[in-house]
Amino acid sequence: MTGSAARRTPLYGRHVALGGRLVDFGGWELPQQYTSIREEHLAVRKVAALFDISHMGRFRVTGHDTFDFLQRLVTNDLARIAKGHAQYNLFCNEEGGVIDDLVVYWGEDAFFVVVNASNRERDLGWMREHAPSTVEIEDRTFELSLVAFQGPRAEELLPAIGLSDIPYFGFRDGEVAGIKTMISRTGYTGEDGFEVFVDSASVGDLWDSVLEAGRPAGVLPAGLGARDATRLEAALRLYGSDMDETVNPYEAGLGWTVKLDKGDFVGRDALAKVREDGPRRTLIGLRTEPGSIARHGAAVIARGRRAGVVTSGTHSFFLGYPIALAMVEVPSFRVGDKVAVEVRGREAPAEVVKLPFYRGSARSASAASKS
Amino acid sequence: MADRRYTKSHEWLTVEGKNVTVGITDFAQAQLGDVVFLELPAPGRKLSAGETFGVVESVKAASDLYSPIGGRITAVNEKLKEHPELINSDPYGDGWILKLELTGELPGDLLDEAAYKKVAEA
Repeated sequence: MTGSAARRTPLYGRHVALGGRLVDFGGWELPQQYTSIREEHLAVRKVAALFDISHMGRFRVTGHDTFDFLQRLVTNDLARIAKGHAQYNLFCNEEGGVIDDLVVYWGEDAFFVVVNASNRERDLGWMREHAPSTVEIEDRTFELSLVAFQGPRAEELLPAIGLSDIPYFGFRDGEVAGIKTMISRTGYTGEDGFEVFVDSASVGDLWDSVLEAGRPAGVLPAGLGARDATRLEAALRLYGSDMDETVNPYEAGLGWTVKLDKGDFVGRDALAKVREDGPRRTLIGLRTEPGSIARHGAAVIARGRRAGVVTSGTHSFFLGYPIALAMVEVPSFRVGDKVAVEVRGREAPAEVVKLPFYRGSARSASAASKS
Repeated sequence: MADRRYTKSHEWLTVEGKNVTVGITDFAQAQLGDVVFLELPAPGRKLSAGETFGVVESVKAASDLYSPIGGRITAVNEKLKEHPELINSDPYGDGWILKLELTGELPGDLLDEAAYKKVAEA
């Protein structure tokens, strides 16, 4: 971010009142935790928890060429979804490097694009640079708030009706606690759950109502710490940590989002070549011993030499041991292989494990993409 | 109960005769966030004032632990192996870390509560 002060979401006052420990994330002042990352993390896995994700960039794209415009900018094939459905996607540059990961929503009279907070301005510029004059792109990040309600009991505990009719990666207009919203069955935790788009003027009331309704069942507000731990257990990539413009989708293990046969799109030629030659690096999962948390940037060592680097790592309170994602050279490792990682300046033993580290109640993203 | 004293590196200590109990402060545990692991020395080891004796690892970061005094370790809180979260929930009680037998004098730069508060709030 630049030197300017961190932005605050419309829920800032709630975060302070709930005792949230505020940190800077992508230029936004957001709670790392309210009471305890451990408790908030376990609430996501066992009940449900509510996150403020209003920092994420939200664009409304309209004009009758919108489909063709977006289809040319993203790697996945929008023709595989229909109105009322969303799709996980990537923007790549001409060299095939990942500019951002995002979700495209095909709405009744507009497309919505939800991007990472830290890339909002970059993405907006990239889209405008490629947009024909017949397409209008509106940044709705500030007028529209976004909260995520995630957990195995999310459908039961969100105060809204008809949620069972919304399929995975589907969305529709609906009321939550009597407030007009757009409800989407998406998330970033590996659990079932919903992301709720609501006017910023109403998000405070919605936040209070959802927490109040869920409190007897154990619903908690959750911060960035629990969000990072749950997304990592689910092996969902974090832009800026697990990938950036120097990484292509095949290296990031996101080859399933690249549909080379859909027609031309930005980065297609470079990606077709990577696909043909095979990626030179790949993302793997590691498990280490309790106390040995391999942090972003730590070296992965195998057979006495540096074989890669840790991209994300944390202690999993749910699994009871530390986990990490690492970008390693190809030929890579097999599940069960023993390697070492650098922890506090020393080599600590690590085992290569299957991804995701934990499969929650959400249906798998790859299954949705094939539908 | 003896008065608690503090260091600029956010340890606390209580002194009863030659017996000194050491932990990290409430401010330190709040800054660290949820503690998941402590790397601690064995009893019997001698430490000098300011020496690194272990590591406390939280979800966010690993931080070194410093001995506030010179002395010999007489006990290590074994409960922390299974329950590192005691550092968060009870930093001045069940979350104590080491007991030491003081060698020589207490260092002159230990802080009382008012002085430590200023350090923590700075």
